Amino acid sequence: MRRMRQLLLLLLIGMAGYFGWMYRPVSPHPWSEADLDTLRSLWFESLPAPPEDLSNAVADDGRAALMGNRLFFDTRMSANGEVSCASCHDPDLEFTDGRHKGRGIGESKRNTRSVVASAYSPWLYWDGRRDSLWSQALSPLEDPNEHGSNRMHIVRFVTTEPTYKSMYAALFGPAPDFADSNRYPSAAAPGNNEELARAWRQMSQQDRQSVNRVFANIGKAIAAYERTLLPERSRFDDYVRAVIDDDRQRQQAVFSNDEVLGLQLFIGAARCTECHNGPLLTNDEFHNTAVLAFPGDLPDRGRIDGVREVIENEFNCLGEYSDDPQHRCPELTFVRTDPELVGAIRTPSLRNLARTGPFMHKGQIDSLAGVLEHYNRAPDAMIGHNEAKPLGLSRPQLRRLEAFLETLAAPSSR
Amino acid sequence: MMMVVVASADESNSWLSRSGHFRVSYESDLQPIVINRMHSWVLIVADGDGVPVTGATLSIAGGMPAHDHGLPTSPQVTRELGPGRYLLEGLRFHMNGEWQIEIAIEAGELRDVAVIPLQL
Repeated sequence: MRRMRQLLLLLLIGMAGYFGWMYRPVSPHPWSEADLDTLRSLWFESLPAPPEDLSNAVADDGRAALMGNRLFFDTRMSANGEVSCASCHDPDLEFTDGRHKGRGIGESKRNTRSVVASAYSPWLYWDGRRDSLWSQALSPLEDPNEHGSNRMHIVRFVTTEPTYKSMYAALFGPAPDFADSNRYPSAAAPGNNEELARAWRQMSQQDRQSVNRVFANIGKAIAAYERTLLPERSRFDDYVRAVIDDDRQRQQAVFSNDEVLGLQLFIGAARCTECHNGPLLTNDEFHNTAVLAFPGDLPDRGRIDGVREVIENEFNCLGEYSDDPQHRCPELTFVRTDPELVGAIRTPSLRNLARTGPFMHKGQIDSLAGVLEHYNRAPDAMIGHNEAKPLGLSRPQLRRLEAFLETLAAPSSR
Repeated sequence: MMMVVVASADESNSWLSRSGHFRVSYESDLQPIVINRMHSWVLIVADGDGVPVTGATLSIAGGMPAHDHGLPTSPQVTRELGPGRYLLEGLRFHMNGEWQIEIAIEAGELRDVAVIPLQL
């Protein structure tokens, strides 16, 4: 009995020592010159203006942004009159929806990504199946699970509704008249819906092209609005300024010790900046990090399917609806298509991360702690191979990393 | 003891292909090369005697050996700008670290691969 007590006491002392060591206060190291370069590269002030979109002649036209803003919140383009872009891209939730997967008329295949800062990305969607904001904006309109509509209905609505009709004419010139029901059926679109596709095939090629042209222009107006949705400075950016200015007092006022240590891990041992780099904390590339499917779901093939779809998409940068007569499309021209892209998913921005959960491409992980746990373990991929390696970070380290990630919060400008 | 090797300017900026048939160097239109920016290089290909190699077929591969992944784009030589000067378009690097650009060169009967290391 006595021996048992002694053992228990020893065990208690040992445990107290272990936890004391694990959770001991740690002072941050000062930043090295190389660290400073990294911090500067992640800084909000290093973010240039969004790149030009040569394929969209109205991309930076304020009138187009105004029209796009109305369209973005307009439910009348959807099949049931209840779904708008904002149904999933809710401004109060950083233009996401707080759900595992998007919900319009039905449930989408994947988690809703934020629209904020999307003007910077050469690829849209988790699998990059569109290569411009305007071609992306068209896709949900015809997705049976989202707006569930068809391009014939949409172009007729926009070109007859009085406000849109005049806004459209001011931007693109008078729209064609789609009143002749012999030439233009009430509903038609290419795709998997056989009834819509048959109606679409029965139209002349010229009429299909004029519908496509107006449809593309509607996407270009929505894109002009989306380009104005930009991130704002976060507490992290204030901290970087204080580091650059060598203002110790300000550094301590802005960041706690845990947040500084979390940032050290972020740019160091946790290897986050291998993919989450640049001022938007994303390289906008495709990586397989073995995020598991929901039980019962097939694993997501990701980029390997997305790249095929974007190459075939009629509204891509090389297609006839681009406004750039020279079709300068380096991303699409030199896009990779090899099998390494199986299961690869586009890196999201980490700005405002904490407000955009659930996380990952299908909303598989509900909490930031869960995401960090996933990368700490780096399990094997169900398809393809996991590029990430196990990190072996301790609990307190993961907690500090999470504390840092929360400093990236900042509301976007609207 | 630290050994310092001083290479001639020519050798430090050019790379001999594996079997020694060609010497390759490059000029980037993005200076310095930074991540996440699409850009082009001019590849300069000469034979063992330093004579420009014209009419060669060049194909590009590469990646990050430490990460076991390839290039994020599929860069291609689109034309020969002048004798032995080839325009390589569609380069973009998406991570900092050690990269390798492998250039397979085919000129007449000769085939060889040159590897250009790049630290970002």
